[in-house]
Amino acid sequence: MHIVVCIKQVPDSAQIRVHPVTNTIMRQGVPTIINPYDLFALEEALRVRDRFGGKVTVLTMGPPMAEDSLRKALGYGVDAAVLLTDRAFAGSDTLATSFALATAIEKLHQEDPVHIVFTGKQTIDGDTAQVGPGIAQRLKLQQLTYVSAIRDVDSAGKSITVERRAEGGTQVLKTTLPCLITMLEGTNTLRRGSMDDVFRAVRSEVRTWSARDAGVEDITKCGLRGSPTVVKKVFAPQPRMEKAQQIDALGKSPAEIADETINMLFTASNQLGDDILKLTEAI
Amino acid sequence: MTEKKAAPAAPTRASAKKELPEHFKDYKHVWVFIELERDEVHSVSWELLGEGRKLADTLKVDLCAVVMGPPGEGLEKAVRESWGYGADVTYVVADPILADYRTQSYTEGLETLINTHKPEIILLGATTLGRDLAGSLATTLKTGLTADCTGLEIDDGSLAATRPTFGGTLLCTIYTLNFRPQMATVRPRVMAMPDFTEGRSGKRIDFPLNIKENDIITKVLEFIPDTTSDKVNLAYADIVVAGGMGLGSAANFQHVMDLARVLGADYGGSRPTVQKGWIPAERQIGQTGKTIRPKLYIAAGISGAIQHRVGVEGADMILAINSDPNAPIFEFAHYGIVGDATQILPALTKAFEQRLSKMRKAG
Repeated sequence: MHIVVCIKQVPDSAQIRVHPVTNTIMRQGVPTIINPYDLFALEEALRVRDRFGGKVTVLTMGPPMAEDSLRKALGYGVDAAVLLTDRAFAGSDTLATSFALATAIEKLHQEDPVHIVFTGKQTIDGDTAQVGPGIAQRLKLQQLTYVSAIRDVDSAGKSITVERRAEGGTQVLKTTLPCLITMLEGTNTLRRGSMDDVFRAVRSEVRTWSARDAGVEDITKCGLRGSPTVVKKVFAPQPRMEKAQQIDALGKSPAEIADETINMLFTASNQLGDDILKLTEAI
Repeated sequence: MTEKKAAPAAPTRASAKKELPEHFKDYKHVWVFIELERDEVHSVSWELLGEGRKLADTLKVDLCAVVMGPPGEGLEKAVRESWGYGADVTYVVADPILADYRTQSYTEGLETLINTHKPEIILLGATTLGRDLAGSLATTLKTGLTADCTGLEIDDGSLAATRPTFGGTLLCTIYTLNFRPQMATVRPRVMAMPDFTEGRSGKRIDFPLNIKENDIITKVLEFIPDTTSDKVNLAYADIVVAGGMGLGSAANFQHVMDLARVLGADYGGSRPTVQKGWIPAERQIGQTGKTIRPKLYIAAGISGAIQHRVGVEGADMILAINSDPNAPIFEFAHYGIVGDATQILPALTKAFEQRLSKMRKAG
């Protein structure tokens, strides 16, 4: 069985700062990481391989430095890595991104038939959750989003049964391969790479594909030109007109501060006390 | 601000001119996808009808609802309610195949309806169902889709969809100038519920689903409903207490839970606390977690990054506790306490307990 995992190298958003004066993003020195949601996809792909056999190829689209993330993935025991990098991809929105990734997966499929494509449920920088479904539709793969568990893959590699997080419950779905799975977070714990894998990750070849290498024929479907959405404005939100009314805490004990706070809240809303009494009645 | 620095891609795209191709020019009206599952409509659909009403009025077009599902009273009720919440026209796709949500049947059904009746805008809830469907549909229609919008407006005849960007540190406004329909998803509770008008009626247009069960590859073997104890109803809670990294440790989350219990409130946390594993993911508050609109929101040790702010701004009253007087949360909270949340929270719990017990005795 051939499993492809799509990952994205993203800035560690916990460490992004906005310049207080110019309101611009301070990118310098922000470390990059594998999108945390993708790690659940990566681990699940490795588990499927370990249970049912086959190989895992990790794929990313990004600048040349995205190779770092592929090497990290190799360190967890992934078998092969492909970096899709080309200036033609710059400025891609989700539709153009799914086009590029789908084209590359098609090429991988020609080399060695692909049975399952894994992605994270979304990225932490874009947060759209659109690229996974985009790839599925372009390649006519069965689309299984927000998967929380893989129950079974039949030995002939023909079908798969999964649990999917739906509104208000869990769907148990059975479908035929090939399929695309977006993995829900918190569903597994990423393994530690073995020493062998960690050493291998340094030496392993990372295949680097340009748009042409990946088999892109129509370059206008890539990057800015292939993106139907247009970002017209990026801005910091306006602060509220009046700042928070501060409770004077200077030299006061927590108990005094608490009393003063409650007085203020109850003055601001004469309903609040009754609301709380109602809410606590049932308990 | 210098927009160029903030988003290298922006200047090039911003220069993109609006040249709507001829074949898109007859796309008209604003549509809202009504999410109907097991006879229940997700309330985000009604919130979207409220928002869609404003867009339709600005464009001077109809507001249309799309109700898809198995034939029956649940579907009929959804159709009637769609009129009550403001739809002028409701498209109805009724077929037993639609009893369970599946990507293929819903995508194909909605795609055919869109290609036949040609809406200029279509809004969906950013739920697990809505995001699955929107992502799939935008790709088959080859059009633009903006996820998790926090603001929708009409600008020069186009949909201007505003959403947080860069991991929730800034906002951006996105357009789909040259493709139709323009698609957007909005998370539950981001928009206010519109008024319901009893007895308001609209036009109904039935549309067939030309798919057979045999054509659908994915089968639903089982649906396991969440038990009540699994349900986190944060989005609809009247009072919410939440903690952030300022609490210092997972153990200190107990202070948040204690105060929540005394207030009959639900509790949650910021994104970093979820990433640290201090609380489960379904308790995350913010752009990528739950959007809340409580009467009172108490944020303890949360700095208030934009991605958090957009999730809580709908609260009537926000009380922030943070040791950093310059924390961004004080820019949108109504009341602020500069201090150590791990000391203030237990004090608040105790003080509320005393106050409430007095009120109960007073009857």
